[in-house]
Amino acid sequence: MHYHVADHYIESTSPLHRLDARVKVAAAILLILSVSLTPLGALPAYPLLWAILLVGVALSRMSYWMVFKRSLVALPFATAAITLLFTVPGRELARLPLVGWTISDAGLVRFVSIMLKSWISVQVAVLMAMTTHFTDLLWALGALKVPGVLVSIISFMYRYIFVLADEALRLTRAREARSADPDGTGGGTVVWRARVTGGMIGNLFLRSYERSERVYQAMVARGYQGQMRQLEPPPLTPAQLALGALPVLAALAIVVYAVLSWS
Amino acid sequence: MMHVGVLLAPRQLHIPDGFLSVPVAVAGWVLTVLVVALALRKTRDQLGERQVPLMGVLAAAVFAGQMLNFTIPGGTSGHLLGGALVAVILGPWAAVLVMTAVVAIQALLFQDGGLLVLGFNIINMGVLTAFTGYFVYGFLKATSGDNRRSLFVAGFVGGWLSVMVGAIATAVELAVSGTSPLGIALPAMAGVHALIGVGEGLLTVFALSFITTTRPDLVVGEAAPGKASARWVWIGLVVALALTLLAPLASPYADGLESVAERTGFLDAGLDAPYQILPDYTVPFLGETGLSTIVAGMIGTLVVFLVGWLVARVVRSRRAAASSSG
Amino acid sequence: MHHTVEVENLSFSYPDGQKALREVTLIVAPNEKAALVGPNGAGKSTLMLHLNGILRSPEGRVCVGGLEVTDENLGQIRAWVGLVFQNPDDQLFSTRVFDDVAFGPLHMGLPEDEVRERVGFALECVGMGDYAERVSHHLSLGEKKRIAIATVLSMDPQILVLDEPSAGLDPRARRDLIELLRGLDKTMLVSSHDILLVEELLPRTVVLDEGRVVADGPTQSILADEPLLKAHGLERP
Repeated sequence: MHYHVADHYIESTSPLHRLDARVKVAAAILLILSVSLTPLGALPAYPLLWAILLVGVALSRMSYWMVFKRSLVALPFATAAITLLFTVPGRELARLPLVGWTISDAGLVRFVSIMLKSWISVQVAVLMAMTTHFTDLLWALGALKVPGVLVSIISFMYRYIFVLADEALRLTRAREARSADPDGTGGGTVVWRARVTGGMIGNLFLRSYERSERVYQAMVARGYQGQMRQLEPPPLTPAQLALGALPVLAALAIVVYAVLSWS
Repeated sequence: MMHVGVLLAPRQLHIPDGFLSVPVAVAGWVLTVLVVALALRKTRDQLGERQVPLMGVLAAAVFAGQMLNFTIPGGTSGHLLGGALVAVILGPWAAVLVMTAVVAIQALLFQDGGLLVLGFNIINMGVLTAFTGYFVYGFLKATSGDNRRSLFVAGFVGGWLSVMVGAIATAVELAVSGTSPLGIALPAMAGVHALIGVGEGLLTVFALSFITTTRPDLVVGEAAPGKASARWVWIGLVVALALTLLAPLASPYADGLESVAERTGFLDAGLDAPYQILPDYTVPFLGETGLSTIVAGMIGTLVVFLVGWLVARVVRSRRAAASSSG
Repeated sequence: MHHTVEVENLSFSYPDGQKALREVTLIVAPNEKAALVGPNGAGKSTLMLHLNGILRSPEGRVCVGGLEVTDENLGQIRAWVGLVFQNPDDQLFSTRVFDDVAFGPLHMGLPEDEVRERVGFALECVGMGDYAERVSHHLSLGEKKRIAIATVLSMDPQILVLDEPSAGLDPRARRDLIELLRGLDKTMLVSSHDILLVEELLPRTVVLDEGRVVADGPTQSILADEPLLKAHGLERP
């Protein structure tokens, strides 16, 4: 079962791990923005952007294979773009047997560009997740002006995902345990199965609602008055800023070069 | 191509980075910031200081709930997205915050959905689903009586439509970004999610049924009386916008009146409009494409809606002034 | 037909690498009533989840009533093995008690009147005959635990596997539960920290620690063996 809910963070003391979370979040977003700004069709630019990512992986002392594995999550969405192969007008490259659709050169370039840009962006996000503990990430979001209430909500959610995922798993096992079918004719109707599953979801929601009341009471008992207080963050050093700014500047340089050469 | 499009359409609405163009992604972020800010303000009055643990834990419940599925013949399974369900339980604004947390954590922790495109992912899966579900549910329930059957219909349609609206929006965003032609993306996404929406509808209904039977006091959607007319307006708007998406599929043969006018020579007798904002139902910089028609239609619909709303406000305030002075 | 539970050299590791069971061999004969004791984390729940195929391991063999626990046989095995989990809230997911108890027979494809009959019978067995229309969520822990047992009894299993049935119960509810279990004529495997319950109900005790069977014999002799109990985190009250 895929209920082994584990976030992608891996403990380490690499330079990238130790980099201030605010810098990492901002750099990640700016890097992804740079990749997105790179024109479609600027194929030589993409390996250069990827090289920046690889430098980051090296700094993190993580294996690239782990980053690669986790980056495949975006792959299924490729099907949304695949029709570009056939719909963008251009010189015919190949013709599919049976259906007779033609793949054009422009379509291929466009599709490959989107896929590469997306894949590089996902890897940047994966690297950030692997090197930043989630509590630091949340703190960084707060420091980057995400409203405190929203950050608190996300923080509670993170605290309880694992507990509730466990409950969901146990609900599923309990259902499985009672799903007997001695002569292969059972299983019930689809609507009945939906009713049972809806009940499981309702059960989960209800327990969560009541649990949240207990959580609130525990917080009030510890002096909560509606504000989540946090420790003051340490000031940013110029070295940290530089470490974050360098890849972004490099990426922007590549973008400018690409825009000038391919637009 | 369309049939293959349906087969190939992504079954999930989490858009990865790179599939939306930068202007579209930025627009999504602007929208999200506005809506979330509004949601924060609205919920502060509604739930007070208890809101944080409640919405956080419920967000975790939505996340876990998305893992619970039931098998459908054919090897697939039905599962929940949750926007409509949470909106009926907590109200649309709180639901926006809950679903924002869910979508944000999916992107940040699991890279399920991109970071630059997170804005529109939140809009599609958190805002559109919540509002559609809430208003459709409220409207259907208000107009079909307070019985078991109306709850089922309201919950099912609310859930189903919430997924459809999210899917259609996703398709439009992909099309405007140039990632997938609208003529393929729209029927594909709508087609696939019409089926997935059935799962959402069923699970929404049955989860609601469980919760309202066990603790009806928890469901906000139950306690909203007499808002049928407002919902009529919202439904109408959603339907009108949805119809504009079908505009390019409309018959190429000239509009009925126009064709008559052409044949009888009235057309030339008609005066030229003093100005042309949307010449021939196109938006100038998008030229003569199907997309252009859609955008023009949407702009037109929104203008009509705005004008109507403003007129209604003016009338209402005039009436209020008249009755207070009379 | 005999319904023996045969676990042969079963080893199991979780996906994260944690080894939960080490070469466990266990045979439970028809109508035998055995206790499974050991410290938390010993692998008791993990072992139980193998008995109806929720967990599967490539190392070792699990057979029920002569059938090996494989995909093809699950439909039948789950009709023979009734597994009751520790937390009843994880097992009650319908609004009415009736629906929860009816789930098992309905899934088996039984006709409606038989389902009703079985539900009535199962609720009677647990002493909750007039609870059919109640809302599960509003019941007390003791009541929920008994309903949870009923949800499994309605499938008429030959073998009952119970995970910590008396945990969290007040003395009266616990007494009711013990009497209930005493009255059931089924093969039983019960994991419990409640040594008094074990002494009262279950003539055989299997001690599990760190995934291994460290003792297996008559309850009286096991519970008299103080060094054994101490070595495995157990205590005589």
